[in-house]
Amino acid sequence: MSESIQNTAQGQSQADTLLSLTDLVLRFRGQANDVLDGVDLTVKRGEVLCVVGESGCGKSVTAMALMGLLPSNSARVSSGILDVDGSRIDLSCNTLPAEMRGNHVAMIFQEPMTSLNPTFTIGSQIIEAVQRHSGGTKSQARDRALQMLQRVGIANPAQRLSEYPHQLSGGMRQRVMIAMALANDPQILIADEPTTALDVTIQAQILDLIRDLRDETGMGTIMITHDLGVVAEIADTVAVMYGGQVVEQGPVAEVFNNPQHPYTIGLMSAMPQLDDPGTRLVIVPGTVPTVANMPVGCRFRTRCAFATATCETRPPLRDIAQDHQTACHYAPLETNLSVSA
Amino acid sequence: MTDTILSAEPVLTGKPENRVWKKFRRHKSAMVGGVLVTFFLLIALAAPILPIPDPAATDWGAVRKAPSWAHWMGTDDIGRDVMSRMIWGAQASLLAGVVSVSIAVAIGVPLGVVAGFFGGWTDAAISRCTEALLAAPFLILAIALAAFLGPSLTNAMIAIGISATPIFIRLTRGQVISIKSEDYVDSARAIGLPTTRILSRYILPNVLPPILVQATLTIATAIIAEASLSFLGLGQQPPEPSWGSMLNTAKNFLNQAPWMAMWPGISIFLVVLGFNLLGDGLRDALDPREH
Repeated sequence: MSESIQNTAQGQSQADTLLSLTDLVLRFRGQANDVLDGVDLTVKRGEVLCVVGESGCGKSVTAMALMGLLPSNSARVSSGILDVDGSRIDLSCNTLPAEMRGNHVAMIFQEPMTSLNPTFTIGSQIIEAVQRHSGGTKSQARDRALQMLQRVGIANPAQRLSEYPHQLSGGMRQRVMIAMALANDPQILIADEPTTALDVTIQAQILDLIRDLRDETGMGTIMITHDLGVVAEIADTVAVMYGGQVVEQGPVAEVFNNPQHPYTIGLMSAMPQLDDPGTRLVIVPGTVPTVANMPVGCRFRTRCAFATATCETRPPLRDIAQDHQTACHYAPLETNLSVSA
Repeated sequence: MTDTILSAEPVLTGKPENRVWKKFRRHKSAMVGGVLVTFFLLIALAAPILPIPDPAATDWGAVRKAPSWAHWMGTDDIGRDVMSRMIWGAQASLLAGVVSVSIAVAIGVPLGVVAGFFGGWTDAAISRCTEALLAAPFLILAIALAAFLGPSLTNAMIAIGISATPIFIRLTRGQVISIKSEDYVDSARAIGLPTTRILSRYILPNVLPPILVQATLTIATAIIAEASLSFLGLGQQPPEPSWGSMLNTAKNFLNQAPWMAMWPGISIFLVVLGFNLLGDGLRDALDPREH
């Protein structure tokens, strides 16, 4: 009975899946180890998936590889299947075709200050993006650009169209980037730390905007961030990455309240708690190993308090609860280890 | 609510072009350079309509005459009016400067863009050739090429243009490599723009400022090179006037007719100074860090 419910749930979720990435393995030229080692991600309609992890864990590389933005002469993808909007792309021999970039999958970047071409007006850049995919006349594209600027909450959109990027503030530029990314109604928006370079009030506005646009259009969003505050605010599901692998993923409430991978537990305890200001923050000991020194098996084992000889084999990402997966031999820790605090 | 916050955000005014022009106008030495260059340009352009004698007309009654009311800059060894030859010579000099730099830019910039943007073996091939050309000193290379092509003003311009090309390949390549890793190029690719469009709209406009500066400075070098080639007999051929060939003749009469050498010497100095000041001013005006 419960199995049949799960099956229908799975059937439902497959129909709703907008993008799925399977087993992405990527290596940079001249490196002995894979930077990304079997990354799987799935985004459903209207869902915000947050990819979290510390610097160098491969979050941004995953996004760039998804979009096909990595230079082909330095990054080599040895496996990886991308399913998006009914087409299946084998990333080991192809990249996302240019016709789909910006049209089916759009991306916004971390630095709004440098993500717009300084030599052209805002208008001409949005119009260019619209005309690239939707065609039409320049005035149609201009109307669309105006509409998009209005939609992302820019005052005086008609005037802004004829202004240059340097005339806008960081928050406004990020709005323009979002307007440009969404001008062709993509099904997936990849946002690579879109709020990191902005101050906190603008950050909240941009997150609100992304959420509103998601509700309006039903687009799926992959948000890359290292800020667990952002995750708590916007995510539906979260994927925790460590050393180029997804170590834990699941619904945000589940992962936050019941983290099962020792790394996720470390991340959560390193976050300051407002209700308990007196306690010291627990830190994850050591630093992330460099790509060349990545341990075999579980990549976290050199920093893990629970590591044993078993961890020298790679733990698969497996279900430990409904929709909640963890790549740890000992998960769930409560049952498999007798933890004494 | 959102509106009030947005309207409170600081707004800079003015197109970038206007800011550059404002900065340029405040730059005193650049303005001096601009005036010098404009002066010589006007003279060269107006040569056919100015009331001056034929630069090739000889007057055996007025050989090596000092400056006077009849000949403001004196006459040369076969009685030709030096001022007329100076003005027509300005045409040769400026033409040589502009045309040879245009050749260098037209060849060098596309090659540099290709090398910088595509990298790999394309870059390796172009860069090695560039380095080979750069190994020969600029003027020596120009002289060798001009001698190979045969003495004429056109060939001198081609020779100077080719000799100046490697500078532009190198400069453009370096600029493109730095610009192509800018976020806005990634975001252009994320929009799905094709490579040709990225090159023409995102890369090229952003590498132009330093190329413009280099071109202005190279015009000065090219003018000296043209004068040197003409001095050696590899540039403008007699009886057509050129500052370099005028100096060549004048060197034989330095004691008897110093004005013959003075005017072309001063003119070369001034026009080269003008282009250098102009180039420096442009560099400062286009530099976003300086205010």
